[in-house]
Amino acid sequence: MKILLMGNPNVGKSVLFSRLTGVRVIVSNYPGTTVSYTRGEMKLGEDTAEVIDVPGTYTLEPTSEAEEVALQMLHTGDVVINVVNATNLERNLYLTLQLLEKGVPVVVALNMWDDTKHQGIDINLDKLRELLGVPVIPTVAVTGEGIKELVENIPEATSPRLPLRHRDERWAAVGSIVDQVQHVTHRHHTWRERLSDASVKPLSGGIIALAVLAISFIVIRFVAEGLIGYVFEPLFNNLWAPVLMRLSDLLQGGGFLHDIVIGRLVNGEVNFLQSFGLLSSGLYVPFAMVLPYVTSFYLVIGLLEDTGYLPRLAVLMDTIMHRLGLHGYAIIPTLLGLGCNVPAILATRILESKRERFIAATLISIAVPCAALQAMIFGLVGERGVQYVAIVYGTLFLVWIILGTILRYTVRGFTPELLIEIPPYRLPQWRAMLQKLWMRAYGFLAEAIPIILGAVLVINILYFFGVFEAIANFTAPVVTNFLGLPKEAVTAIVIGFLRKDVALGMLAPLALSAKQLVVGSVVLAMFFPCIATFVVLLRELGVVNMLKSAGIMISAALITGGILNLVL
Amino acid sequence: MPDERQTTLARMRAGQSGIVAQLQGGHGLVNRLSALGIIPGKKITKISSMLMRGPVTVEVDRTRVAIGFGMASKILVQLDDESTK
Repeated sequence: MKILLMGNPNVGKSVLFSRLTGVRVIVSNYPGTTVSYTRGEMKLGEDTAEVIDVPGTYTLEPTSEAEEVALQMLHTGDVVINVVNATNLERNLYLTLQLLEKGVPVVVALNMWDDTKHQGIDINLDKLRELLGVPVIPTVAVTGEGIKELVENIPEATSPRLPLRHRDERWAAVGSIVDQVQHVTHRHHTWRERLSDASVKPLSGGIIALAVLAISFIVIRFVAEGLIGYVFEPLFNNLWAPVLMRLSDLLQGGGFLHDIVIGRLVNGEVNFLQSFGLLSSGLYVPFAMVLPYVTSFYLVIGLLEDTGYLPRLAVLMDTIMHRLGLHGYAIIPTLLGLGCNVPAILATRILESKRERFIAATLISIAVPCAALQAMIFGLVGERGVQYVAIVYGTLFLVWIILGTILRYTVRGFTPELLIEIPPYRLPQWRAMLQKLWMRAYGFLAEAIPIILGAVLVINILYFFGVFEAIANFTAPVVTNFLGLPKEAVTAIVIGFLRKDVALGMLAPLALSAKQLVVGSVVLAMFFPCIATFVVLLRELGVVNMLKSAGIMISAALITGGILNLVL
Repeated sequence: MPDERQTTLARMRAGQSGIVAQLQGGHGLVNRLSALGIIPGKKITKISSMLMRGPVTVEVDRTRVAIGFGMASKILVQLDDESTK
């Protein structure tokens, strides 16, 4: 048996799904995260039933890609659990009536039932059941209230096979049902609603956005530096370094195997940044430098998602984003890109037109450094002074604006206007938040560790056979004359294709000046996406657009690097 | 004589409310707006608008929706008595 969970976005469908199946899913407050649907299993009496979390949809007359997917899925289901937001029957029942016309058995979960009480909404359940002709079960997905009753009523699902109606008739029918079952008593606005309105007004909204971004930045840095300074550095220096030194003795302190596994010793000691062996830098970079930033970034972005702040940021940024040929919603993938470009480029799917997706994906892979790269920028460039970090970020921001403006006027197609629901502010559920954080941090390690270790291995072997020296000599004129970098930096730029954090780490032993380090960081950030990003770009854009995008990247990186070399 | 109480959502001031009178757009626009509950006959309140022809935020049926300025210009609203002063 196949059970479909269907309903408008932001009605708690995904939370209900995880309640029914016990499977870990990503639960977020903004529309769009469930575009790729989730599948799970549940016990239903003796049998096991398949449960599908269908993308949120307002109507079965599709107005977006996600709604088309939803309509296609409807034809494959045996039973539909229609999740309805009890605090907004007026809009939710439209989809319910459409479902009741289709002839598929339906049971209605009247979710967020607890909110009706404090919002002064009174719903006559018996009357609603009578008018709809299907079971209606009040539920509170976040606490689990009513879930058992809902499951018991799945076999009772029926279809009244309502006659097919035209849109206006259907809206009239919704109005008539709401008039008969719902009584709303007037009440004063809550502080959450006042805050909600303040965050989409130009002045107060701007102040709130700046405060939110500033606090986010401070928290990310505080948590990450705390993890590095108090957990990971002591672990590596006090526990891991002695182990490596003993191993180094066993391998007689040098040779091919020693250099690959432990790396080159600096002053007779393991140096986690410069030794560049599998067990030294190969573990230190992902765990002690990058993981802390990835974790704290996803902690903060998860909070922003689950409180419902992000759609408000989309409204605020809309005017600016239109200058880059995008609309406000594109700020969400862009922010995600500051964590990792891979989910960011996947998230560009929430943008409607091809043109927007091309511009957003290109801008993200050029001008939005991921958390791994940023961690290395903070570590290496920050050592020379805050002003140099500021130059790197300022340059990338300028590139984002200028390149976006150019793309806006040169890429053909159209950018549709913003039209989104602003969900109410909600208090995040800690359990769901920590689950999501765990999934993302684990996902980073599972994805990054094999590539990092592979990259370190390949680099050491190629280095041993002098391959890099050949490439370096070949490209030396461009790199030394145009970018002002030593020819050894070519190795790092080539390795940037595998992992940007590792690549930046390779600049560490080169004794670069602060200026060279700035140029190197910017060029590395812009030049080419890492292999994981490259693969998703290829999949999302197709070969032709990917080639265009890559062309833009390489020329933008060289031009920006050249200009920086001249002006600094 | 044009009805003075009728205006577009884009031209309304923040805090004004009225009844949606007409959606002046093609099938696609009408579909997208009505999916979010913005249909003729609904009570609508403007919450805010962003500067420089930015999006307009409204309240319809106790939920808030942000609408691009161009679309908001195509939504005709019959203003309430108290909103026309």
